[in-house]
Amino acid sequence: MRFVDEYRSEEAVRKFAAAIRKTVTRPWTLMEICGGQTHTLIRFGIDEMLPPSVTMVHGPGCPVCVTPLEMIDRALALAARPDVILTSFGDMLRVPGSKTDLLSLKAKGADVRMVYSPLDAVALAKTHPEKEVVFFAVGFETTAPANATAVWLAKRTGIRNFSLLVSHVLVPPAMEAILGSPANRVQGFLAAGHVCTVMGYREYEPIAAKHRIPVVVTGFEPLDLMQGIRMTLLALEEGRVGVENQYARSVTRDGNVKAQEVLREVFEVCDRPWRGIGVIPRSGWRLREEYAEHDAVKRFDVGAITAEEPSACIAGEILQGLKKPGACAAFGTECTPEKPLGAPMVSSEGACAAYYSYGRGI
Amino acid sequence: MPLSDYPHVLLAHGGGGRLTQRLIEQLFVPSFDNAHLSERHDGAVLDVGGRRLAFSTDSFVVKPLFFPGGDIGSLAVHGTVNDLAMCGAKPLALAAGLILEEGLPMADLRRIVASMTSAAKGVGVPIVTGDTKVVDRGKGDGVFVNVTGVGLVREGIEISPRRARPGDVVLVSGEIAVHGIAIMSVREGLRFDTELVSDSAPLDVLVEGVLAAAGERVHVLRDPTRGGVASTLNEIAEQAKVGIRLEEMRIPVSEEVRGACEILGLDPLYVANEGKCLVIVAPEAADAALAALKSHTLGRSAARIGEVVPDHPGKVVMRSRIGGLRVVDLLTGEQLPRIC
Repeated sequence: MRFVDEYRSEEAVRKFAAAIRKTVTRPWTLMEICGGQTHTLIRFGIDEMLPPSVTMVHGPGCPVCVTPLEMIDRALALAARPDVILTSFGDMLRVPGSKTDLLSLKAKGADVRMVYSPLDAVALAKTHPEKEVVFFAVGFETTAPANATAVWLAKRTGIRNFSLLVSHVLVPPAMEAILGSPANRVQGFLAAGHVCTVMGYREYEPIAAKHRIPVVVTGFEPLDLMQGIRMTLLALEEGRVGVENQYARSVTRDGNVKAQEVLREVFEVCDRPWRGIGVIPRSGWRLREEYAEHDAVKRFDVGAITAEEPSACIAGEILQGLKKPGACAAFGTECTPEKPLGAPMVSSEGACAAYYSYGRGI
Repeated sequence: MPLSDYPHVLLAHGGGGRLTQRLIEQLFVPSFDNAHLSERHDGAVLDVGGRRLAFSTDSFVVKPLFFPGGDIGSLAVHGTVNDLAMCGAKPLALAAGLILEEGLPMADLRRIVASMTSAAKGVGVPIVTGDTKVVDRGKGDGVFVNVTGVGLVREGIEISPRRARPGDVVLVSGEIAVHGIAIMSVREGLRFDTELVSDSAPLDVLVEGVLAAAGERVHVLRDPTRGGVASTLNEIAEQAKVGIRLEEMRIPVSEEVRGACEILGLDPLYVANEGKCLVIVAPEAADAALAALKSHTLGRSAARIGEVVPDHPGKVVMRSRIGGLRVVDLLTGEQLPRIC
């Protein structure tokens, strides 16, 4: 298949693996930000082609994983209301809250629907004026423009029974949090190509300069990752800091300016709790006051919701790259994708789920 | 997680993955408890006066009822004919149970029945008995179809998932994941443009050719429907207590299916097929079996995709396109499109 096979060529990947072996003279620890990148690394076995002195640790960029338990419980409380049709992307529906999950609620009669685009949820609101249609909007900067467009469209066209339950998070503050931790061991980042397609990479330049590290914007195919890893290692070996762009076929320094305009119009920056990590200041987006009518948090009173993570889970350390899934006593025993104890086992993109599904450490 | 931990039936219990398996292992097999059921094949083989009778049933709940490349009627007939074929049997007769929803347009019912008739004629197997029930409006998806069938197992043929042994070769009869993607492309809320049509087809003649070419050296036949190739091979690995090793590069997947899977974030290995079969055959007969598959229209893209190995019993492992190794596990439920 064109534009896919080229990036999955065994020969090209092996060439990069050989080049990486020649580049590296001492141990380095890199973090790939995005869960999609983690997935590719493990699915294709890329990490096993790297020299043992290069350690890949897996970052927090899995949207389903970092959505706080309280927010999932809130979605569940909304879905349980008879007047609500709760919509979301497929992999969000399976995520367990404190007591149940959306698919189990559906089995008990709740109207929960999988959509492929938030615009489909707007269309649903239009055809079901007697119902409240809520779209559970999770994710990083990547999914935010479509969600912003949906709510913008609903407001412009007077679809008043559509609202968003927003749990958007942002990559740069999470990188700051990881780098600022005294236990940090990450020496270079592979930034998430899709996030940067929307946002560009200007905002990573001050982070790279402040922490004296290389950041390489990287794509998601095996060859992208190999090249991104090589570029990061080369910068480390040569003592260079700053942002480089491996994913130039999609990412520019300024990003998608039109998308950013819609984002600014609809969202404002807020503090946000991350599952397994805690509150990171100015690390999320919420709807602006002008869109309050379409804000599910303001529109529906579901009472105070508090939730507690299972104590056996070391998700915080996994998501910050401090530990690998195999280092957790509950991994693959008490904690499996069917009954996850914590965030990274929940989504297919989570580091623990990727290790589990592809048979690592079992 | 034990079955008792689920207070309600979830859709995933019918998804063909881990939860379906658990339902079978923890509820049906121990309750109905008999040697035929423990075989865990697509159908049972009964000894009747010296002849071996294959006996199988399958229910169909597809949405939409009419889809590119078929409809629930032809799908149901092909499904049961294929289950019988996978027992190494020549289908003899079918029974059809229809559960109709009040308000179903009579024209739709006629269309479905006509399609069942022509599918059954196509394989030369009569529908000899049946049953009809009607449920209240809103209590069914238009039509649910059950088709049960019997067939005679060919002399000298012994097909069972347990017969897979190290050294055996794994063949697939054509491009995978076509049915699942074709259905998904017309499903409400997920529609996308594609020229894909379901691969729904009867495999009895194809299988007859393979059995004529490789005979008793064919050890396992399975049609990888719900749950796809990955789930079916996992079941075989578990039942035969062997490992299976696949080569990603050798698995035939069409450009259209790969494109749709890339966009939706799905793995074609877990997507349903309705006109494909997996053949596990002794190594010395593999070439003959593959040639037999390829000589039939439905098997033109047949390929050798892997082998049975003594290592990692119960697990399926795949060498990726770029050379890495990974486990191909059972899914918990159905595959769901990803967020980004």
